[in-house]
This record gives sequence, structure tokens and C-alpha cells, in this order.
Amino acid sequence: MLTKIHAIGFYTLVRNETVRIVRIWSQALLPPIITMTLYFVIFGQLIGTRLGTVNGFPYMQYITPGLIMMSVITNSYANVSTSFYMYKFQHTIDELLISPLPNFLILLGFIWGGVFRGLLVGILVLGISLFFTHLPVHHLALMLLTVILSSFLFSLAGFINGILANSFEDITIIPTFVLTPLTYLGGVFFSINMLTGWWQNIALANPILYIVNAFRFSFLNVTDINVDAAFTIIILFAIALFALCWYLFHKGVGIKS
Amino acid sequence: MKALSISNLTKTYVNGVKALKGISLDVKEGDFFALLGPNGAGKSTTIGIICTLVNKTQGKVFIYDNDLDTNTSLAKTLIGLVPQEFNCNIFETPLQIVCNQAGYYGIPRRLARKRAEFYLNKLALWEKRNTQVRMLSGGMKRRLLIARALIHEPKLLILDEPTAGVDIEIRRSMWAFLREINNNGTTIILTTHYLEEAENLCEHIAIIDHGNIVENTQMKKLLTTLHMETFVLNLSDPLTAPLTLESYPCRMIDETTLEVDISKQQSMNQLFAELSNQGISVLSMRNKANRLEELFLRLVAGKEDQHAY
Repeated sequence: MLTKIHAIGFYTLVRNETVRIVRIWSQALLPPIITMTLYFVIFGQLIGTRLGTVNGFPYMQYITPGLIMMSVITNSYANVSTSFYMYKFQHTIDELLISPLPNFLILLGFIWGGVFRGLLVGILVLGISLFFTHLPVHHLALMLLTVILSSFLFSLAGFINGILANSFEDITIIPTFVLTPLTYLGGVFFSINMLTGWWQNIALANPILYIVNAFRFSFLNVTDINVDAAFTIIILFAIALFALCWYLFHKGVGIKS
Repeated sequence: MKALSISNLTKTYVNGVKALKGISLDVKEGDFFALLGPNGAGKSTTIGIICTLVNKTQGKVFIYDNDLDTNTSLAKTLIGLVPQEFNCNIFETPLQIVCNQAGYYGIPRRLARKRAEFYLNKLALWEKRNTQVRMLSGGMKRRLLIARALIHEPKLLILDEPTAGVDIEIRRSMWAFLREINNNGTTIILTTHYLEEAENLCEHIAIIDHGNIVENTQMKKLLTTLHMETFVLNLSDPLTAPLTLESYPCRMIDETTLEVDISKQQSMNQLFAELSNQGISVLSMRNKANRLEELFLRLVAGKEDQHAY
């Protein structure tokens, strides 16, 4: 049964994670802003103006929702994987493990950090994008739901990385060799209608494609895939990853002997 | 009431090492209890299981009658742990660390700050409350671990080698503080390699070796099982000839230092009378070895022999 003790404990963890992100703003918030500004300048302004339209939209406008989502995904993931691994590395996680906080609240506390940083970066990148392009919002509720669910999903993925990691190298392997390729091939810079044959089938196996398209649909009212299918996939992935995270944490994989 | 009750606790690690082989142990409320054993005996595993940092293989743990498996949250609020290794976030300050820990135990921020001020003052850390932990000395870090463990005012405080690596002055001030909180009603379980520490502080003692409890008794009772003690005597004048005492085995260490073995049945008066008769005057005397240390080695060595066969 949840009590006031648990509520205060959870609030303390949420507060810690929030304060930490704000405190390290130059590492957590500034790099994605600089990177995305470069994307907007190079891909949007310099190259994009020579490319014509995609699905009826100027290239810059077409890629902007995907770039925002890319920032949200990578920052949510990186925040939780790094934060949790640091707790493990310094054995600070013991402070939480011996406390009366239930496992699922500890898990949600870390996930909050990822969602908070992902959304904060998303808002900042959205703000910068408005200097380069006009971005209408066709489905506000859908846009909010997509971005929150996506940051939640990739925070969970980051948690799994953090709990299984045995070294700092393990924290960078998944983002470098899995997350970045999936994001680049997830329809951020192109429509899958531009792909042919089996390339299109391969692209359809990429979950990030569905997330990017659902998010783009909420802004531009255009999508390569069925939005209902996209939401089903996002929600199923989120449930599966949450269950896996809870199981790993409950069993103490990587944190208890 | 029992502050801690462990029954048939076993732990087998994934590599097959049996760290605990079905130990049972009770610690009564208000006790100052020593849990001793050589390295790798199972002390830290036991503490890890009590604090839910290690998964047990089998057995039951009760904290003030609360089953750690079924009444986990309540049982956990009753325990405070001072770990062997420093495990605070080195980029946070002592004030942040103790207030956060209080929060995890459901203590509102305002009350947490009040308590933080009390315990940090008590442990001479208030002046350093806003200094990043990485800048603190080893002794300060040790004291911070104690303040952090006490912030939620646990009824059972577990200290896993709390004075390892701290100088004698800090160690003695920590002893005084631990005695004070024990006198105020907190049950304390202590593991230490300084047997003098256990002898000075603890009322009950359990010795664990190879995953088994080999002794579990009152400290006084255990010490009475020691039949012979060795004393080192500093003499006022150098001896020029070898010395023999009628009733006591003795050895000359140097011209002014004498070692004498005295059994429990013998009186010290007789020793001084014999020395006086030979015109020897004693300036000072001390116990050669810590009594508990001798007993500990005897108990552990006895088990070593059993394991060898």
C-alpha cells in the first residue's frame, strides 16, 4: 500500500533528478541545442533549400518534427542510462535500495529524469526551429501524447542499458551502434515512400519510424504509416519495457549479488 | 523484544560460494552487539541481506517482529546502515545527502533540515554542510555516513566497520557518540576488525566463520573463558642477571622489560611480592595482547583445524 512516506520518498527522488539536470545544464541542455541548430542550418537551410518538397512540404519543414523527436529520444535515453549507471558506479543506489521506497517508485523516479530532460530539450529545440521554419500544430493532444510516450519509452530503454552496463563503455555502445542508426533510418530525414522494395520493408521494422511519423502527423497532418498502428506499437513497447525494467530491478540484476 | 531475528539464513552466490550456511541469530532490543569474523567469513553478506542489498538464498529475517519479506517497507524504516565503503554522491554536499536520505524515508523537508542540523552538529560536520563531499577528509566522510544512517532515527543501527582507516582520536569520539545513542535506546550491531573496539563497546558478541556462527554469547562471559593473560612490566632499574619467578612463567624482553604469564587463579599481589623480594621495582604494566583478540584467534583457528580435516 502506498503511504505518505512513499510519496515523500518519490518526490525526493524526482526532485534530485530534476535539480541534477538543471545543475548540469551545460552538459545536458546545451549540446543538443548546438547540434540541432547545426542540423537546421546545414540540412535545412544550406542543403534543404536545394532539395525541393517532400510530401508537399519544404524539406526544412518536413524534417523539423523528426529532428525534435530525435533530440527527445536521445536525451531521454542518455539521461537515464548515465544517471542510473552513476548511481551504480558510486554505490549511491544503496541509499535507495535500503530505503522503504518500493522498487517501482524508484524506477519511476529515474524515468521521470529521462522524461523531464527529453521534454525540456524538445521544447528548446522546437523554440530554435521556429527561427528557421514555420511549424503549424494540427493535433495538439496527439503531439503531446506522442512526445511524452516516446520519452517514457526511451527512458525505459536507457534504464535497461544502465542496469546492465558494467562499464562506462557499455553506456555508449547502444546509443552509438543501435539508437543512432535506428534514428537516422527512422524517417527523420526522408519519407519511406522514397525507398524502394525491401529497403521499405526493413524501414517498417524500425519502431522509431512509427514514432517519428506519428509526431510529424501531429504537426503537418502527413504520415507514411497508420497513426493508430504507430500508437499501438509505442504503447506495447512501453508496457513490455516497463515490465522488463521492473523485473530486472526487482531481481537486482547488476545491482545486487 | 528482539530487534533482529535471523533464522536458518543461507546464501549461495552464483559462482557456487556458500557464504552463509544456515545461520540463526537474535539481537535483543537495546543491545550493543558485535558481529565478528575474519575476512570472507560472511559478516558483510549477513548485513547485506538484512539491509536488502544482497538477495538471500533461504531463511527468514525479522526486524522488530516485521518480516523483511512481507512487511518490507516498515522493516526497512527501522534500519539504519553505515556501510563499509563510502557510497555518497561525491558531488553533493553533506546537507544535501542527509536531507535526501531523510526524504527517502518519508521525512518532510523542513523536519529533515532540522534533524540534519542536529546530527551534522553532533558529528562536527555542520561547518562543512555546504562543501562538496569529495573535498572532505576520510574521517569526515566516515562521520557523514553515520549522520546519514541516523537521519531517520532508526531503532536498529548497523555499522559495518565504521572506524576503518580513521585515526584514534576520531575513533574514540565516534565510540563515545555510539555509546550515547545506544544509551538512548538504539540497538546497535557492529562489525569491526578492531577487536578492542568490540570489547570496549559491545555487550553481546557473535563470531562468524566460514558461513557459520561459531560463538554467540555475552562479551563478559566470553572473556572469562580466557585462562591466561600476558602482562608487560616496565622495570625501574635494568636487570643484569636472568630472572626467574617461582610461580609465574616469565621472559626478559630487554633489560627493563619483562613479560609475565598470569593464570586466572593467580593473584597479582603475589607477583608483586615476589618481584619486591628480589628488589625489583615496577614502573608500569600493560596487557600484552587484546584479550578478545586472543579468544577470536583461538575460536577461528579451532574451526580452521576442523575445516582442514
